[in-house]
Amino acid sequence: MTDRQVLFSALRVAVLDGDDAAAGRLATQALAEGVPALEAIEQGLVPGIRQAGQRWEEGEYFLPELVTAAQAMKAAMMVLQPALDRDDPSSSLGRVVIGTVEGDIHDIGKTLVGTLLSASGFTVSDEGASVPVARFVARAQEFGADLVCASALLTTTMPKQRELAAALKGSGLRAKLMVGGAPVNKGWADAIGADGYADNALAAVAVARELVGRGATD
Amino acid sequence: MEATRPRLEMFSHEQVESVVADAVAVLSSVGFEVDNADAQALLRGAGFQERGSRFFATETEVQRALAAVPSHVFVYDREGNPALDLGGDRVHFDPGSAALHFLDPETGRRRPPLTSDLCHLAWVTQACRHIAGQATALVPSDVPEAMGDRWRLYVALINSTKPVITGTFQKDAFEVMKAMLVAIRGSVRALAERPLAIFDCCPSPPLKWSDLTCQALLDCAHAGIPAELVSMPLGGATSPVTLREMVVQHAAESLSGVILHQLAQPGAPIVWGGSPSAFDMRHGTTPMGAIETMMVDAADAQVGKHLRLPTHAYMGMSDAKIVDWQAGMESGLGAVIGALAGVNLISGPGMLDFESCQSLEKLVLDDQVAGMALRLVRGISHDSAFEAVGLIGAVVELGGFLGHRHTRENFRKELFIPGKVIERGTYDAWEAAGAKSSAEVASEEVRAILARGNPAPLPEDLRRELDEIIGAEARRLGVEGLPAA
Repeated sequence: MTDRQVLFSALRVAVLDGDDAAAGRLATQALAEGVPALEAIEQGLVPGIRQAGQRWEEGEYFLPELVTAAQAMKAAMMVLQPALDRDDPSSSLGRVVIGTVEGDIHDIGKTLVGTLLSASGFTVSDEGASVPVARFVARAQEFGADLVCASALLTTTMPKQRELAAALKGSGLRAKLMVGGAPVNKGWADAIGADGYADNALAAVAVARELVGRGATD
Repeated sequence: MEATRPRLEMFSHEQVESVVADAVAVLSSVGFEVDNADAQALLRGAGFQERGSRFFATETEVQRALAAVPSHVFVYDREGNPALDLGGDRVHFDPGSAALHFLDPETGRRRPPLTSDLCHLAWVTQACRHIAGQATALVPSDVPEAMGDRWRLYVALINSTKPVITGTFQKDAFEVMKAMLVAIRGSVRALAERPLAIFDCCPSPPLKWSDLTCQALLDCAHAGIPAELVSMPLGGATSPVTLREMVVQHAAESLSGVILHQLAQPGAPIVWGGSPSAFDMRHGTTPMGAIETMMVDAADAQVGKHLRLPTHAYMGMSDAKIVDWQAGMESGLGAVIGALAGVNLISGPGMLDFESCQSLEKLVLDDQVAGMALRLVRGISHDSAFEAVGLIGAVVELGGFLGHRHTRENFRKELFIPGKVIERGTYDAWEAAGAKSSAEVASEEVRAILARGNPAPLPEDLRRELDEIIGAEARRLGVEGLPAA
């Protein structure tokens, strides 16, 4: 293996191990050694997160491993993103505003989706939990969002997703809406006029890619 | 600081002592019947009192027998690795044994078991992560009764590496069964050093030792092969209905077994097992899923522990006829009660219909029951006690802990990770996957395991040796056309 391959392999393993410190350090090392950011991402981080996803699908990995893998990837992306933007200003897959709807303080699922979207190449603004409809709309405008993701974990807070769908339509913004959360299903998403729905974090990334017209490249 | 082992006790210390005292009094005044010439000779030689067809034991004679009994029995797998450590509060599971029926996976109805079913049962047992031992759990109907016992052991040994809980149906079976075990270990001595099988020896209630059971007990003692006493009082039918007296009778029968066994070979390994049952007063059946059955099992184990013996019970099984709610409920209760009572070997997984019907689907489901029960008795770890404040501070600071290293590093130790048969997904995901019941998912698991074939074929040279032993036995008994195994 060449030195570069060793470095990519180490990046991949850092993501798989969910080791954010190592991932950040290796990303810095890659730039210092003159490795193009895109190459480090495509040959180190992406194989790592893809393998973590595979292990998840096969039942070998569980949520803590998936989340820490995504966090490690995010840590490396923080280092690589500025260089990536320099190399190619249009490298982001799209801009996403994500949050849990007002009255709902659950944010584990939402945070996981945000982290995975960010790790997959989206530019993500995570607004946290209990986000009012008006704030979703305002942030979508400020941020130039291509996609708004709203999670609801309670049947009592689900109607906020319907309000948000109406408000986004009324605002004239181009941002599409994806909804999720334990009580939410495809039928609800269709009924309230949301553009997309996913029942787990990995599926959310695939749906997000489709909604921004950057469907699966692999 | 070590985790506290959660524990279930049915008696106070004084109560256990009173049960043992009553059991000894039963042996000295009521006595026990022994229908085997060798065993009678041993008892006479040791000066036991005899009146009519019964023998009697004094407290001193009981104590002498108990003094030499090992408090731990170690059993090893086919490759010689430690597999069962019977003693203390350790818990292991093995499938319920010797079913006369098999729940057909295709029709969902019972039918006579075939040799192929016995092979499949060994394969599924091999795949069950939380089931440490295998059992000769079916009585195949496609071989003559005269060689059923040795045939079952042969099939078990060539289809799984797990140690075998087995037994004899005929007096002449022991030597052949021992020969197969010796062939695998290499020598009689190596087998005694690393036992590969346990033989069940069942007295007939009340207080009677048949010719066959005596022989098995003596043969095991001489060979150093662990024997497992399976006393089975039926409350209100073959023993008093009061639970305490069921325990007394179980203790008296078991103590008489220990006496016989230790007379044959002091210090030989033996397990304080049992299959007591409450008696159903409407149907006249022997419900293994009755709560009283489980209470007596737990109490019997407590008596065994008091006497410093390894323990066993038939628990974690059900009287349901199919794999339904009753099957899960009774098996789950039994496994948990047995584990809390510290029963060292719990025989039950897979079993339905009063120890009479084995089901591969239920075995796969019961593997989960076993896993959960084992998790329960591991208790709550105190390893992280020194960092509790820091950890909770970190949760508050981060607002969540799913992505924290501490979670990733500890969740597999802390949580029992269930298999596919335990449904914990969302409603939508469940519906999208076909809206299946746990029995249906278990049936798919079984099909996948069987499709992979024999997971543990015996090395060729050993297989040839076993084939020769079983072939010679078939010729001796005039049995032709043995089924494929």
